[in-house]
Amino acid sequence: MVIWKQNGASEPKIHVRNVDFYYGGTQALFDITMDVPARRVTALIGPSGCGKSTFLRTINRMNDIIDGVRLTGEILIDDLDIYGDGADVVKLRKKVGMVFQKSNPFPKSIFDNVAYGPRTHGVKNHKQLTEIVEKSLRQAALWDEVKDRLGKNAMDLSGGQQQRLCIARALAIEPDVLLMDEPASALDPKATSKIEDLIDQLCNDYTIVIVTHNMQQAARVSDLTAFFYEGRLIEIGQTEQIFTKPGRKETEDYITGRFG
Amino acid sequence: MDGNFSQKAVYWLMRLTTYFVVLVVGFIVFDIVRRGAGVINWEFLFAMPRRSGAAGGILPAIVGTLLLVVGSIVIAFPLGVAAAVYLSEYAHQGRFTRTVRMAIATLAGVPSIVFGLFGLGLFVIFLKLGCSIISGCATLACMILPIIIVSSEEALRAVPQSLREGSLALGATKWQTVWSNVLPYSIGGMLTGLILAIGRVAGETAPILLTVAAFYLPKLPHSIFDQVMALPYHLYVLVTQHPDIEAVRPKAYGTALVLLLLVLGVGLAAIILRINFRKKYKW
Repeated sequence: MVIWKQNGASEPKIHVRNVDFYYGGTQALFDITMDVPARRVTALIGPSGCGKSTFLRTINRMNDIIDGVRLTGEILIDDLDIYGDGADVVKLRKKVGMVFQKSNPFPKSIFDNVAYGPRTHGVKNHKQLTEIVEKSLRQAALWDEVKDRLGKNAMDLSGGQQQRLCIARALAIEPDVLLMDEPASALDPKATSKIEDLIDQLCNDYTIVIVTHNMQQAARVSDLTAFFYEGRLIEIGQTEQIFTKPGRKETEDYITGRFG
Repeated sequence: MDGNFSQKAVYWLMRLTTYFVVLVVGFIVFDIVRRGAGVINWEFLFAMPRRSGAAGGILPAIVGTLLLVVGSIVIAFPLGVAAAVYLSEYAHQGRFTRTVRMAIATLAGVPSIVFGLFGLGLFVIFLKLGCSIISGCATLACMILPIIIVSSEEALRAVPQSLREGSLALGATKWQTVWSNVLPYSIGGMLTGLILAIGRVAGETAPILLTVAAFYLPKLPHSIFDQVMALPYHLYVLVTQHPDIEAVRPKAYGTALVLLLLVLGVGLAAIILRINFRKKYKW
């Protein structure tokens, strides 16, 4: 599985090796093995309940907050085993940012939302914070819309703006990897296309893993596509290949809309 | 049977019940104001009592009640919030937390005189704190702890899980998340419990009877180890224990009015605080 090598561009950033994942006694992921290339967009697709979101949340260990979960296997980011002994969850999450399905701005000012991460990690200098906030909002293509009202409550922004604010907030801690869990599923087409343009921009600097229900979206934004079904990784490959000549029948059935 | 009619009948019944409640409250307030307002003046509020309360003011009782309110809140609020944070944010939800919650519910149902006896046994006698402000505050704090824990936990649970996840995903520790992204949004709700607690502390007689309240002590306390007078107990004394009950009746109504205003005033302050918090953090 050295697909990105054919693309000639990118070393793998994340190695996933034989990952099984359990919620209590229920196994949700079965023997997942894949590589995520650096500075590319990898889309995870599959029907509801196929484990794609669960898998996404293993990459920044967000599943840890649920009682009774268990993971076996290895996930390496930059060759560091994130589930290994002595792995630091705080450091991991600083390196792996996340954007959620439902935008979750904090009920604070726009400025305080973006500054939340840096402040948490010890940045106190106001000038430095101001710079980080501006840079992050520019990266998230939100600066021009909010620069005059940074002190306003983030809850007053539109849905699309809120989601871009959440992206800016994730970027403010300067992660390497950005996980996105259906970031546009609650947005109208115009706001969705803004988010997609943004993903196109961001993948120059960040390794992006995105879960999506929307097949066209996966086709539009991603370099690689991984198809999940019933907790298993059925197939991963270059997006164009997955959508034009899938190697497995399940993938073809899903893409052509026969189930899911 | 005409469904429309029965619906109307029930509607009116509920409406009348509501009016009745308002009427009862209105009558109590009206009666106390009518009979008590006359005796309230500077002397009544700011002078020491004379002749067993038949003359002079009720300053020591006002100060005593204020001290008891502030003292018991200072003890119970941080404890109660900490317990609520532990129960709602940290503890593994299971048999242990169920047992603790049951204990809290039971504690809330314990009659106040039992708290008084408990305070007498533990603080006054065993810990040798004597009949003092500190004993009274500690006893009252035990009494209001369940109210504060339950209301604080509810306030914490009202904060959406997505805000916790958002904070954790940015690399914040659990404590950082609770401190800067959960507690600030729940303070408004916690203040609601505090208002209830203040009302109880200011009005209870039984717990302070055995731990702090002085029958008649026309001077202000010097330390937390002194006894004080308190409004509800003073009221009780004026109404039932005074040698000349008829003569001090206006003073009793005045005392009741001051107690009422005190509770309403503190409650109003807490409500204003709460509205401000709600405005600041809305979602």
